Order: sequence, then structure tokens, then C-alpha cells
Amino acid sequence: MHNLTIAELVEGLKNKAFSSTEVTQYLLTRIKSLDTEFNAIITVTEAEALKAAQAADQRLAQGDAPALCGVPLVHKDIFCTHGVRTSCGSKMLDNFIPPYNATVIENFQHSGAVMLGKSNMDEFAMGSSNETSFYGPVKNPWSTDCVPGGSSGGSAAAVAARLAPGATATDTGGSIRQPAALCGVTGLKPTYGRVSRWGMIAFASSLDQGGPMARTAEDCALLLNCMASYDSKDSTSVDRPTPDYSAHLNASLKGLRIGVPKEYFSEGLDPDTEQAVRAALTHYENQGAELIEISLPNTALSVPAYYVIAPAEASANLSRFDGVRYGYRCDNPQDLQDLYCRTRAEGFGEEVQRRILIGTYCLSAGYYDAYYGKAQQVRQLIKQDFVNAFEKVDLIMGPTCPSPAFKFGSKGNDPVAMYLEDIYTISTNLAGLPGMSVPCGVVEGKPVGLQIIGNYFDEARMLNAAHQYQQVTDWHKLAPEGIQ
Amino acid sequence: MSIERQAIENLATLARIAIDDNRIKEISQQLGSVLDLVDQLQAADTSGLDNVANPTQESQRLREDKVSETDQREAFQAIAPDTEGGLFLVPKVID
Repeated sequence: MHNLTIAELVEGLKNKAFSSTEVTQYLLTRIKSLDTEFNAIITVTEAEALKAAQAADQRLAQGDAPALCGVPLVHKDIFCTHGVRTSCGSKMLDNFIPPYNATVIENFQHSGAVMLGKSNMDEFAMGSSNETSFYGPVKNPWSTDCVPGGSSGGSAAAVAARLAPGATATDTGGSIRQPAALCGVTGLKPTYGRVSRWGMIAFASSLDQGGPMARTAEDCALLLNCMASYDSKDSTSVDRPTPDYSAHLNASLKGLRIGVPKEYFSEGLDPDTEQAVRAALTHYENQGAELIEISLPNTALSVPAYYVIAPAEASANLSRFDGVRYGYRCDNPQDLQDLYCRTRAEGFGEEVQRRILIGTYCLSAGYYDAYYGKAQQVRQLIKQDFVNAFEKVDLIMGPTCPSPAFKFGSKGNDPVAMYLEDIYTISTNLAGLPGMSVPCGVVEGKPVGLQIIGNYFDEARMLNAAHQYQQVTDWHKLAPEGIQ
Repeated sequence: MSIERQAIENLATLARIAIDDNRIKEISQQLGSVLDLVDQLQAADTSGLDNVANPTQESQRLREDKVSETDQREAFQAIAPDTEGGLFLVPKVID
């Protein structure tokens, strides 16, 4: 039952092959027995899940079931859930029980989905390995001495280990695509503004975007149909209709123009990973697509621009955690300054503190123009690279990450080594473009991902390309050893 | 690039994060390493370019200035560390 896709679950639930209560109970039991090893879920919401499953079964029986009625999912612990602890992977919010739901959570409730639990993540989504979580690292189901990627490592591991058929995730610099690649699942970061950020705990507001993870592109389309919506409560939500992302999955790829950026195949890319990605591109050629070499000349500037903009926005966003209104508060504060300073020193982990300090530095008097202003201008250069490329091509493809999952602790004490993990994913966040990762091979026994980048609001075309690839390959069907 | 002790202390004050003396050296090195990375930006020619604050460059919407939320003070204060009489409590600020 744990190998069923979301599309198969929807079908089975409608046909009464099984009930939502049965599937939900089955997966809850599976989480209890397997997740002690992976640590993918921070909070299992058993009582809420079974209640929602029963309600879904009633609606299914009445025949008025919405799209995802009875489908069990896991939500990243960054989305506020009414009455259910939302920690964002931090000690700061270990005791935080939101009095409201994120819009994404509301959307899933309206569509009848069942929440199994809240998934583990890097603290405040700052990390590429899940090692910064207050709740301990998530282990990669393919190799438990390796990281699952981050920051949505818990969501990716849960889907890979078949603890849930799908999960929500968020992506600020690669946090959906990189863990999807490292755990062998399919993940999509939509265009900036496509999915509401309301109730999604903010990291870097001009980069953050929620999106789905699942085992197939077809399932990602089903989840995105539900997640994407215009939301007046998010001032950067884009007011345009949500298309049916499932409608064009079967379109032919004949004549599709695929841009292959030479900068994504340069120094630093593991040769075996490159081979897997090149083989995937050949599949596309065989399906009638045309490969066109392109250049994104400012790619190398994306990591430095990101490490000004993201920490700067984070330092402003995270100023709200002050020990006054909710969350952690230090013991016995001497005065108000002491309350602020010790609450934040004790409540935030090292990486979060480091990024707040970097952001504070870049925004401080005398440095603002040289750092933040300059980075925002470089952002224009990076965006223009993509605008130019999309005049000649329909999609851009390359590797999601430079290499497969790495071992815990292997990036050492230098934060920059970890930051370079996101070299191929960060520029799409800076440009606001949609990006996707699709399993395309196995290297050293671990999965690697093909990245598909689309033009603004062109998620349907990306999903079409990913789905067609998954019709002629089996990489997305592979499960980690011991998981079948 | 290395950052001086005093600059780190100043940043810690601005960011309202208490930093132990014995961590300053390590933090200085790590921030220096990140700033070395970030300094690559200075070589880019960005003359005449606009600052991009919102990638899709949509303009911010305005809404009518009217009350749209109900009062949920009790729900919000139920999760606060310390409240009294509908107010959030902090240590005494004025003697």
C-alpha cells in the first residue's frame, strides 16, 4: 500500500478499494516503526489524521469528495497548523502552537487531504543537509550515513522511505530541489508568487516559495493544483488563475526546445552525475526534443548574491523572535536587553545566528549600498540571463546538484563549502523562476536529479516534460534498499 | 577577510544576540569566509541596473483601510510567555 502513488490512491479511494482510514492507519504504523531510524517527522499527528480520515471516508461515501479527499500527506514544519506545534526546526519555536493555519494548509484541508505529521527540516530552512535542525538530522533512506539534503530533508526522506506518498516543502535557494535530488523523489519549486506564503514562516521573503514533493511528476501536478492559489493575505501572491497542471501531462515533446547551460556542466560537477544528466537529455532528444547549448554567464555570481540577500532578509524577518509574544523565552532575564539577547542566543542555533549576523552586517550603515544594493543589481543580471535564454528555448535542463548525497559532517567548519551545494539551484530563486528536480540515475548507490527550469508560470510545461520522461524511465520508481 | 572583535560585538548588539567571548574568534573567521565569497559581487559591472526587490516585479497591492480581522487577543496571548490583563509582560524598563 505504501508504494501507491497519489494518483493511484485517489483512484482506489474513489473505487472503495480501500478507505482513507485504512491507508492513514497503515502509514501511521509505518511511520512509527521506520521513522525511529530516519527522523523525517518531528510531530506525528495521529489523532488529527484519523479524525480527518474518517471525515474523508464519509465524504467519499456520499460521493461529494474533493480532489485529494482522504489522501495522507506530510507537511513541512514551516507551515503553520492550527493547534499543532509548528517548530520550524528550531528550539525558538519548540513550544509554538499556532492559532491559525497557513493558506497552503487551508487549501489541503478544503481538498480533503489528511495530515500525517510535520516533517523535519533545517532550522528556519537554513541549511542544505538537515544538520541544523534542533530535532537532530534526518537520515537519507538510501544511505543512512549520508544527509538527505535540505532544508526540506524530512519531506524528501518521508516520500523516499514511503512514509507518505507526498509532502509539502519550501525552497529559498534549492530547499525543495536539492533534497528531492538527494533522496530520489520528484519536487517542484513554483514561480515566485504562485503559492501563498501566508502562514509559512518567513526566511527570505523575496525568495521563499512553497511547493510539492512526491514520487512522480503526475503526483506533483495533483498537489500543485491544490497548493497554488491567489491569496490576498500574501502581498506578493500573483493574481492569475491556477491552470489544471494535470491537463497537459501527456502532450508530445516533439519540437520542445531544451536549453543546456554550459555553466552547469563545468568544474565541480561530479563526472558520474554529469553522465546521468546527459543520458536523461538523450532521452529527451529521442522523444523529439531539440537540445540547444545556451549560456547563463552570471551563474557564478548567484551564490554570492544569495548570501547577501537571503541573510539580509532573514535578519529582518527573524527580528520578530524576541521572547515577548510567543516562542522561547530565556530564564530570569535581568532587563529587556538581556531578555532579547539571551532569548535569541539560546533559542537560535549556530547557523541561524551566523546568517542573522551576516545579514545585519550587510544592512548596517555604511555597508548597505555596497552589499545589499549591489546584490540586488546583480540579481537583475542573473534574471536577464534567463530572460535572454527563454527567447530561444522552452525549458532549461541540467544537474540539480554537483554530486550525490554527502556524508554527515563532511562539509566541515567552513559554511561556504555547504553554501556551494546550491550552485545550480540558487539562481532560479533570485530570478523568481520555477524549477524542478526529477530522479535521473543512481551514482554510488545514491540517487541524482535532473533539474528542469521553466519560464515564469510555465509549471505545466515542466510537469509535462518530467511526466513524459517518467513514462520511458524507471528512476523515479526505484526505492532505497530495504524500503520495498 | 577577518572581522575585528569590536565589529563582531557591535553586530551582536545590533542583532540582539548575546555572544560568549570564547566564540568571537570562530565567528569572526566564519563571517570573514562568507564575506570573502560575497565580495566577488564587487567585480560585476552593474552600472545603470535597477535593484530587484521582487523577482516578478509585480507592484505591491494596496487594500482598503478597513477592519478585516476579528479580535483574537485571547488566542494570541494564550501562547505568550507572560501576560497580564491583556498585556504582554517584559522586565521592568523604567525605574
